[in-house]
Amino acid sequence: MTELSKTGAAVGEPTSSPSNAPDAFLAVRDLKVHFPTDDGLVKSVDGLTFQVEKGKTLCIVGESGSGKSVTSLAIMGLHRLGARGKNVQMSGEIWLGGKELVSAAPDEVRRLRGREMAMIFQDPLSAMHPYYTIGNQIVEAYRVHHDVNKKTARKRAIEMLDRVGIPEPDKRVDNYPHEFSGGMRQRAMIAMALVNNPELLIADEPTTALDVTVQAQILDLIRDLQKEFGSAVVLITHDLGVVAEIADDVLVMYGGRCVERGSVDDVFERPQHPYTWGLLGSMPRIDRETSERLIPVKGQPPSLINVPSGCAFHPRCPYADVPKGDVTRTVRPELQQVGGGHFSACHLSPEDRTRIWTEEIAPKL
Amino acid sequence: MSETKKTDEAKTDAASGEREVLLKVEGLQKHFPIRKGVLQRQVGAVKAVDGIDFEVRKGETLGVVGESGCGKSTMGRVITRLQDPTGGSIHFEGKDITRLNTAGMRPLRRDIQMIFQDPYGSLNPRHTIGGIVSAPFRLQGVEPEGGVKKEVQRLLELVGLSPEHYNRYPHEFSGGQRQRIGIARALALKPKLVVADEPVSALDVSIQAQVVNLMDDLQEELGLTYVIIAHDLSVVRHVSDRIAVMYLGKIVELADRSSLYEAPMHPYTKALMSAVPVPDPKRRGAKSERILLRGDVPSPISPPSGCRFHTRCWKATEICKTTEPPLLELRPGQRVACHHPENFADQAPQDTVLLTAAKEAAELVSDKVLAKSPETEASSEDAANDK
Repeated sequence: MTELSKTGAAVGEPTSSPSNAPDAFLAVRDLKVHFPTDDGLVKSVDGLTFQVEKGKTLCIVGESGSGKSVTSLAIMGLHRLGARGKNVQMSGEIWLGGKELVSAAPDEVRRLRGREMAMIFQDPLSAMHPYYTIGNQIVEAYRVHHDVNKKTARKRAIEMLDRVGIPEPDKRVDNYPHEFSGGMRQRAMIAMALVNNPELLIADEPTTALDVTVQAQILDLIRDLQKEFGSAVVLITHDLGVVAEIADDVLVMYGGRCVERGSVDDVFERPQHPYTWGLLGSMPRIDRETSERLIPVKGQPPSLINVPSGCAFHPRCPYADVPKGDVTRTVRPELQQVGGGHFSACHLSPEDRTRIWTEEIAPKL
Repeated sequence: MSETKKTDEAKTDAASGEREVLLKVEGLQKHFPIRKGVLQRQVGAVKAVDGIDFEVRKGETLGVVGESGCGKSTMGRVITRLQDPTGGSIHFEGKDITRLNTAGMRPLRRDIQMIFQDPYGSLNPRHTIGGIVSAPFRLQGVEPEGGVKKEVQRLLELVGLSPEHYNRYPHEFSGGQRQRIGIARALALKPKLVVADEPVSALDVSIQAQVVNLMDDLQEELGLTYVIIAHDLSVVRHVSDRIAVMYLGKIVELADRSSLYEAPMHPYTKALMSAVPVPDPKRRGAKSERILLRGDVPSPISPPSGCRFHTRCWKATEICKTTEPPLLELRPGQRVACHHPENFADQAPQDTVLLTAAKEAAELVSDKVLAKSPETEASSEDAANDK
């Protein structure tokens, strides 16, 4: 953790040479985002690695406080905002289309933000400015990156509103955010995010505040637009239903680290981490009538200041005593490949994992 | 709720229909006036709850689902008399409580308790947990056996907290723990009816399961009756015996759990359930069963005429626009308010011409849904033809 000395605008480092650039469109390597507070160092993200290709969707799943939102803010270069952001310590690499963002100057990141990468937030009412019309806000987002006059930009805004399914876009463009319903506001925010045809779209819980019927509409819209624009999408959610619906790849986060990563089929059919089992077991399902009790994960999510030693999940893990000795309490498990493109960070032996999954967990789901 | 429990109950009561009715609601209305001008004259009303009937039987769990703005939370607040109804009647254990004043309600507050959605907003940050959970005893002048403190500590233990938490403050607890405190407070006076408004929606999935299981156990242990209001249909399916589906201030369907989820009769119920994402990537191909609804819920200030769902329904015909369908018991234990129900004989077979809006709506519904099952033949044929 010596490289954690960097704060704020980072100086260039050797790793950012182009020869080191990965093939994937978005690649995150060993990302760490730590916030010093009076109570101690909050390790929101503590060594995260993943990548997303264009046209693919990665879903990041986890409970509140697992670091999923901080990850997305770090990619967007927005982690420095807010009271705690001033002293943020960040290390690792974020590669977007061959450019390294952790070491890039804030100005450079700002130029990319909105054009190359855009973000949709959970609560569109607080993410939009209440004082400006929807149209003005989209026009602004467009004109920051395109040298066009207001009239052209307004035309573009109307076109985008129409594209995301707002009825009568030429009239609604002059409405204020409060005049829109929740679903329409989320659509308008998607229009705003996509106005510059970004190649990376990050959606942080885009449907959590919405009703299921509207959620279905919005997920459909994101999927259609992705097909049309070929963007890479990183979707952050806690709803495994949404993940199964839209993801190509899944990353499960716990205590600021990735505990399992793989294709959506791998993670749902052959999950390899007890925490993933816990998430699957604690979800009531609409598609079957279970009279069985839910199988909750016992205990509380960990504090990010005092992350438990060894495997961060061990205090809540029902299988923490299965591996011999106190390895789960003392040694932090590293991500290991458990199948093609499927990784898991767990001390359980592959045999134990397979046995527990097929005999104990899967039949109860 | 566990199956074993249900069979136990089935033994004691010959049929659930004979179970004693605890709460009976008839024609319940709650309108919020909209006032304008210097004289504050009423220019309209938000018809949050607009004429609903249902009953809750002893020991059962009634789930209430619907989209935001359908009036489900208002309904919960009115049946607990936290708000006064505009019309209709509420009977609790056979006693009319619709017009009782504060003093009249006080003895009943023991029997009717509420669990709130927001575990942060519903606990006073300046009171200790002991103070919060013992408040019901203080207010009702109840002296429990062995003293208040001991009883509060027993309650804390009951909901899975430690008795040592007695002197702590709410901010020291996580969301799930706070929700447990809210539950302990609701249970302090051994209520007969607990109305829970979105009890788990603010919690993480793993914690959500803990609280759902806790509510289950407590029901079994204490013989509680629940009205659980939630927007999450998966949770409601898991916890409820019977379920009411609300749309714009009305109940559109009221049925026992398995009938409702296996053979929903109201098109809205069907659309609502098809929209819930299933945590199973293999089912992604089965998306053809999904029904996308167009647009948003209309305003409850001026709800659509006739059937309130006709503006978004793919089966709507002229009669839906003009006549409001009554909530009828079409199948034993399954009440539906629809002229053209799914999975059942058409209630208005003479009316076959689809509204223009319905044709547009049908474009978003896959053929698989429109494809007829023998019972729905009449109506779905029209839909297919018109398409």
